Amino acid sequence: MQIARFLFYPIFVLLGSVRRQRLLQVGLAIVVAHILMAFICGPTGNKDDPYGLTRWIPPYNPTKSYPEIPRLAPPSAAHWMGTDHLQRDVFSRVISGGWAPIVVAFSSIAISLTIGSILGWISGFAGGLLDRVLSLSMDAIYSFPSMILAIALVAVMQPGLVPMIMAIAVVYIPTYFRVTRAEVLQIREQTFVEAAHAVGAPWWRVLLRHIAPNTVNAIMAVSSFNIADAILTEAAMSFLGYGLPPPAPDWGFDIQNGQRFLQSGYWWLITFPGLMILSLSLGFGLIGEGISDLVNPKRRRKKVG
Amino acid sequence: MALLEVKGLTVSYPVAVGLSAFISRRFLVAVDRVSFSLPEGRTLALVGESGCGKSSTGLAVLGLLEHVGGEVLFRGKDVLRLRGKALKEFRRRAQIVFQDPYESLNPKMKVRAIVGEPLRIHGIRGDEGRLRRALDLAGLSPPDYFLEKYPHELSGGERQRVAIAAALILDPELLVLDEPVSNLDVSIKAGIMNLLRDLQEELKLSYLFITHDLADSFFLSHEVAVMYLGVTVEQGETEEVLLHPVHPYTKALLSVAPGSGREKVILSGDVPDPLHPPPGCRFHPRCPAAEKRCVEAPPGEVELSPGHSVRCVKAESPREEP
Amino acid sequence: MGGIGKYIVQRVLLTIPMLFILLTAVFLMLRLMPGDPVLAMLGGRNVSPELIEQRRKEWGLDKPLHVQYLNYLAQVVRFDFGKSSRTGRPVLYELRTRLPATLELAFGGIFFAALFGITTGIWAAVRADKTSDHVVRLFHIGSFAIPIFWLGLMFQMVFAVQLDWLPVAKRVSGIYAYTFQPITRFYFLDAILLRDGKLLLDVFKHWILPAVTLGIALTGFLGRMTRAAMLEVLDADYVTTARSKGLAERVVILKHALRNALIPIVTVMGLQFAILMGGAVLTETVFSWPGIAGFLVRSLDARDWNAIQGTIVFIGVFIATVNLIVDILYSIIDPRVRY
Repeated sequence: MQIARFLFYPIFVLLGSVRRQRLLQVGLAIVVAHILMAFICGPTGNKDDPYGLTRWIPPYNPTKSYPEIPRLAPPSAAHWMGTDHLQRDVFSRVISGGWAPIVVAFSSIAISLTIGSILGWISGFAGGLLDRVLSLSMDAIYSFPSMILAIALVAVMQPGLVPMIMAIAVVYIPTYFRVTRAEVLQIREQTFVEAAHAVGAPWWRVLLRHIAPNTVNAIMAVSSFNIADAILTEAAMSFLGYGLPPPAPDWGFDIQNGQRFLQSGYWWLITFPGLMILSLSLGFGLIGEGISDLVNPKRRRKKVG
Repeated sequence: MALLEVKGLTVSYPVAVGLSAFISRRFLVAVDRVSFSLPEGRTLALVGESGCGKSSTGLAVLGLLEHVGGEVLFRGKDVLRLRGKALKEFRRRAQIVFQDPYESLNPKMKVRAIVGEPLRIHGIRGDEGRLRRALDLAGLSPPDYFLEKYPHELSGGERQRVAIAAALILDPELLVLDEPVSNLDVSIKAGIMNLLRDLQEELKLSYLFITHDLADSFFLSHEVAVMYLGVTVEQGETEEVLLHPVHPYTKALLSVAPGSGREKVILSGDVPDPLHPPPGCRFHPRCPAAEKRCVEAPPGEVELSPGHSVRCVKAESPREEP
Repeated sequence: MGGIGKYIVQRVLLTIPMLFILLTAVFLMLRLMPGDPVLAMLGGRNVSPELIEQRRKEWGLDKPLHVQYLNYLAQVVRFDFGKSSRTGRPVLYELRTRLPATLELAFGGIFFAALFGITTGIWAAVRADKTSDHVVRLFHIGSFAIPIFWLGLMFQMVFAVQLDWLPVAKRVSGIYAYTFQPITRFYFLDAILLRDGKLLLDVFKHWILPAVTLGIALTGFLGRMTRAAMLEVLDADYVTTARSKGLAERVVILKHALRNALIPIVTVMGLQFAILMGGAVLTETVFSWPGIAGFLVRSLDARDWNAIQGTIVFIGVFIATVNLIVDILYSIIDPRVRY
């Protein structure tokens, strides 16, 4: 019961605040649209008909070349976003290409959020040598460019969905560690924590009931920005060829393909997938901004006297 | 027998200055050999400016600080050496109310959870009656109106009453009141002060009342200890100390209290850096009556009359020898 | 002065364990990640066991982990990363000759980020909560959200392909490839040293698109910082005092507010070098820019183990050094930085 409340708390807060927040509204609308699209049009798991649902919207399979489709044709009534060099419909690839970034971003952030926050709670709460060593290690990794580290890690493993998730997860652990630890250090000094100690609450109770729940807001705000960032990292990985193996639709990879035809002026190959990445990442960025707007004014409240 | 007997209490804090925390640690002595005793059902006020160590004393008495020396005897047992079950039992019998009710209540918990938490921690079956009684005692009635509220839905005075209810629910014997009314408006303050006085009478509570306001201590306390830079400079019966102050610091504090009718003694300079306390009497750099011998050695404690003691060379021998 | 000296010593002392941890983390991550690096480097399936064994020996991966670790540390200390199997030259040479290109790009990125970020940040702060503030804030969020490689490609498409104003990629035009002998490898400097105006223009034309691309990636960050810092300063008493003296609003903003807001802005700018390097990986790839970040990507593609490890370590050491220098400089400029 307690755990359920803790887990769903962010969602309640989000729903409760949406009504007042324009940025949150727009961001949520964009993100929900993307998620719906990705899961309606993404891979179905059905071997015979892997992108079954996509076929119903534009009548094409995103991974299939059709002899009747012209090569590299500009956008038209039949092919809203044109066609590529393999005689595939770009629109069908664009609407199904969001699956990989969304799955990768959510899974990797879920992993790094869990590990990073738990380490941050413990480190900030325990203090002492453990805290110093952990902070120094996390700072060391944090100071390294996350994009480079993630790309190098995924390249060292075999390209694919799980390696992408793992690489991004590793890279973001220090971010959550730092955010939670900083929050814990601040909350630890608040008097309600001292009050809990004073009535004899055991340390785990103080941590789980008094400190951890009060770090959730900060973690939430960071998470949205991080998901936006993770989507860009996934796109970059797939752009560099470490993403889903072709012919699976993946925006970054499609942009890499389009790059080959850039000098010939086939603009539609890169423009549309790029706009999709931008809008998805922007949606999460707006949510993050909205949450920060919500969280910060409260924190600025000065005590009297 | 005194409920609480504090002997030579010393509190220090490690001072970490940025990166140097990795290399060396220094200590700031916030409370320096403070002694007092608090009989059952009475109130002792610790009075002083902010940073004088009065709050540290309060927290140390409850065994909430590290780097604490001396003895804190609660019913004859040293709190600083309590562990495990005995410590938990002590935590049940001694409670604290903090200064800022905006910070002392967990913003993510409802009043029901805040006030009921001590019961759960101590494994006491949380019957609804006890919860209601605590709220009633703290003057939050009807209890049902308050139980399902979050702290941010309450006023400052109501929040402080919630904190008091949470402190009362375990039927404690000792209450440390850490500036409980300093953050409240004057109109609300009076209500809380009256509540505290009534509660003491009704429940036979003992208070360690920490305040910077001499008027408050006059209202609530039986005895008072005036602190300056970690040291008690004067202590005794409240009326005796406040009506016949001896130490120049007590006099100065009293003179600036509103309606004291005394000639104002404005202290020059700031409270010195506690990391580098001045030699001799700690008050001498600001003392209007300082002499040469004040710099030389810290003054000893002199008992002027039974229970009224002061730490000043002037009390040792009224005039400097030629 | 003694305080500063002490701070510098402490800061340097702290950098050493941090670098050590970073190097260890890089080592562990590259070794302990699931999947056999040798197999991955060789491209997966259909590789003979002999070849795998041979590569394992070549890279020293056949030895126990702690021996590998000590070898690795010894390499790092001597800055000897072995030979690149792709180019046949020492990895350190490759990195040294490519560093100026990356720096030239990075400076450009910082310059444009500062230009766009600080101006829009001031604009937004001065008109806080008006429509233009919201538009600027949206632009700042957008700059976070834009895929930098895609932005580079769009710039190429518009300015190089469609409008044909600028070259698509590389640092200089093809005609210079045989005649131009770089001296410092900072091409702007080289063109000036050679007193070659045409070359300078050519270098500038090649530099502008990647530099702006990289700059935009950092604009949002700086813009938000500037806006926040300006908002704070604009509320401060000395700004109100300046206003009450009847100074023109523009003077108040530029002379009194901005000067004080700049300190926090400049402080964070120095620490954004890591983000800049991350952006450089993609910018260099898109613009075929011969820097170290692009070198890493090509080494990863070519499964060039020595080059991969060497480049990552080099970037780590480089960033740690930059952060160290930046921190020390600020501690001298602004005593408040030291706490």
